[in-house]
Amino acid sequence: MTIETPARAIPARSPAPTRGVAVPLRREGPAKLTGTALYTDDLVFPGAWYGATIRSTDAHATLLGIDLDPGFPWDRVVVVTADDIPGKNVVASIAADQPILVPVGGEIRHQAEPVALIAAPDRDTLREAKRRVTLRTQPLPPVYDPLESEIVFAHYDLGRGDVDAALATADVVVEGTYRVGHQEQLYIENNAMIALPRDDGGITVHGSLQCPYYVHRALIAGMALDDAHVQVVQAETGGGFGGKEEYPSMIALHAALLARRTGKPVRMIYDRHEDLSATTKRHPAVIRHRTGLTRDGRIIAQDIDLVLDGGAYTTLTPVVLSRATIHAGGPYDVANVRIRSRAVMTNTPPNGAFRGFGAPQSEFAAEMQVNRAAERLGISPLELRRRNVYRAGGTTPTQQVLGVDVAGLDVLERAAEASGFERTREQTASARAARRPGARTARGIGLALAWHGAGFTGSGEEKMGSVASLEITGDGEIRILTASTEMGQGTKTIFPQLVAAELEIAYEDVVMAPQDTSFVPDSGPTVASRTAMVVGGLLVHAARRLRAEVEGRTGRPFGLSWRDDAREHGPTRIDEQFLPYPGRHFDDDTYTGDAYPSFGWAAAVAEVEVDLDTAEVAVLRVVAADDVGRVIHPVLCEGQVEGGTLQAVGYATIEEIKLLDGRYLNDRLQTYLIPTSLDAPRLETILVEARFEDAPHGAKGVGELPMDVGAPAVVAAIHDAVGAWIHDLPATPERILAAIAGIEPPGPPGVSAVSSRSDVVPPQPTSDAA
Amino acid sequence: MTTNLTVNGAPVETEAPGMRRLIDLLREDLGLTGTKEGCGEGECGACTVLLDGAPVLSCLVPVCQVGGTDVRTVEGLTPVAPGGVTLGVLQQAFLETGGAQCGICTPGMLMAGEAFLASGLEPTDDAIREAIAGNLCRCTGYTKIIDAIRLASEREGVRRGAA
Repeated sequence: MTIETPARAIPARSPAPTRGVAVPLRREGPAKLTGTALYTDDLVFPGAWYGATIRSTDAHATLLGIDLDPGFPWDRVVVVTADDIPGKNVVASIAADQPILVPVGGEIRHQAEPVALIAAPDRDTLREAKRRVTLRTQPLPPVYDPLESEIVFAHYDLGRGDVDAALATADVVVEGTYRVGHQEQLYIENNAMIALPRDDGGITVHGSLQCPYYVHRALIAGMALDDAHVQVVQAETGGGFGGKEEYPSMIALHAALLARRTGKPVRMIYDRHEDLSATTKRHPAVIRHRTGLTRDGRIIAQDIDLVLDGGAYTTLTPVVLSRATIHAGGPYDVANVRIRSRAVMTNTPPNGAFRGFGAPQSEFAAEMQVNRAAERLGISPLELRRRNVYRAGGTTPTQQVLGVDVAGLDVLERAAEASGFERTREQTASARAARRPGARTARGIGLALAWHGAGFTGSGEEKMGSVASLEITGDGEIRILTASTEMGQGTKTIFPQLVAAELEIAYEDVVMAPQDTSFVPDSGPTVASRTAMVVGGLLVHAARRLRAEVEGRTGRPFGLSWRDDAREHGPTRIDEQFLPYPGRHFDDDTYTGDAYPSFGWAAAVAEVEVDLDTAEVAVLRVVAADDVGRVIHPVLCEGQVEGGTLQAVGYATIEEIKLLDGRYLNDRLQTYLIPTSLDAPRLETILVEARFEDAPHGAKGVGELPMDVGAPAVVAAIHDAVGAWIHDLPATPERILAAIAGIEPPGPPGVSAVSSRSDVVPPQPTSDAA
Repeated sequence: MTTNLTVNGAPVETEAPGMRRLIDLLREDLGLTGTKEGCGEGECGACTVLLDGAPVLSCLVPVCQVGGTDVRTVEGLTPVAPGGVTLGVLQQAFLETGGAQCGICTPGMLMAGEAFLASGLEPTDDAIREAIAGNLCRCTGYTKIIDAIRLASEREGVRRGAA
């Protein structure tokens, strides 16, 4: 790994450059490495019962009744239905449309929809009870194709300039339609939640989750409790990637309902099959582009139409669509842009957050267009990007004028240079020209570039007003209080690191309070790569205030005086609330202004080998260059880029959900595949630091960045190898063979097939014996 | 029926039904929750333990097959020093290289890595990838796990060479 600081002068502030600075080891690493870290399913609560969810198997139906087999001893278990919900029967989110449990008489909108809950003292009884419940339903006509859906969750229309006039004068117009399917987050720890009833009528839940206060709010609304009677505690969490942003609220409500009813702790631990079949995925999308260019490679117009499949309920879809829309043109300064987008309902399980949050879908399409335009114009894909990528002062489709921290060209050049892009591309081109019929394999190289808005979109952060706290406790500890969760990214390491550096004290002297809503303030959800930038920034400000206060009292440097101050003065606590970055404004009504306080920039170069008989793709190497503003911890930061890059490689090549009648067909780990160590390419990471000047520490965030570039880079490399463009993700062997043969690819990704009843051949009576 | 085995060097006698899964014996009966369940069908490798030194998936091994065997889990990798728990060579290498992120695949990875170290194979990139091919990780992209196993192998080699 190398860390590069762009040559352009960016105002450098404290702290000192990252390179060469000793960094601490992962804070909770020893616990994870000795097996003593406690994940939800490792927690023991004596007398706990086991909970299960009865789900619809219809994609769309009216629920007529829930029948309990009279032959089963129902007094041995507890059954909960919508009638037992004390509060609102809604999982609190952006819109109030998703029920906690579908009531009798209500509408079932997807095949994994929760209808009833059962708890039992042991697993065998629970399994048997589940079998004895039957749902009576009246099927309704389902909608599976997002292009045919008339129910719109959200839509946007934005742009600048005169697109039609520019397209009319363009030397070349490149058109394309791109489709991407679902992707599963596939954290290795399944969703899990344990609810404990309290003597005061309240509820405590321990769970695997990203956003303690999302779960907290959902419990208050659904259980009709006040703030003081709901406590949410994050257990060690085995990965999230967006997949534990919203669905944990549903599971916590289910566990809480059963706990209240049984009066016992109730464990809702999903197995992989349930997790895959019921919880959220990355949104499928259909994206149409018309791009106008001049002969010398200047992009002068982009006309983009984007449709996201939201699944059955709104969940976070409007926000995902917003990010997808704003990023849809890619990292290019284009004078005439029109982006029209909508997210629609289908009768499939709701789609939700997954690393990148809409941008990987829309930027895949944008990068496909640029690579295809480069081919059409006979210009190198590297050179075409050089001519169009945003520079400082560039104007985005929301009319945002970019600051000095633009690093698009930097990451592009670093990745191209480190990978030997142009040289290898010449070699693959001559190999392709010399290839004889019967050749077994072909190599190719591909490039992609992306931008990724740092933190929440638009006015989100301003409205949320997050708080992070720092205190010197009565016990003489310096303690960080935030709701930001550790899921492997390194929150528990970089926060103490930032605070210790600011206070000039030892890393070990700073401790983290547990992510427990009875202790920590609401510092917002752990999403949108905002933890390092926003919450980390709040902690740096808090540390500065704490330092000034203590030094003001003692007249001595903080490091030498804080222990004395704690003894003499007692505890000191600083609550730091988010204030908008100066001069930034976004208008939600016109959808114009500063959509993000800053942008991170990413480039990837992928090399592949394609088997020309089977069209299997081996991704051999990916060089990734990512601008993260400031590298706080090189090892953890690099780990984020590597992990995100491999998820993008999986998205590009093998990860696909197939559906039949609205049901996921490959809803087990035997059939939904993710890359193993043998599938993973060699990953090389270059970290670039174009500091975000309005964050006190310069960080922009890293988690989502690599997810935006991997897939288009791999597909460009496949094209370089075989000479055919794959427009749909994943680029499976079937799609590659179809593209080479110039025939229609197999069914569009993400859209459910329908089993027409007339197709089903009834079993024939066997007459073999005759 | 009584089954006798050794777990992390200690004798264990259990009356668990023969078809009880080894992972349940470890996690629920013995309280060794370091071993994780990710899929329950032998695909993810999170539940990997060593059975007489060989990596096996404890979600697929019934108790009736472990009589008389020596089972080793992540808890058994951790040397107990006079001052408390320390990290073994492989664990320390994971910590230094960043081989553990969310940590849920880590116990299984460590056991696969431990089996690789014991094999005495040359720690090439290909050989290490092959050794952990049955263990899924969604966080790291595997690079730093491979680095960790290589580092531990080199350190073990140095230690063996010096001995």
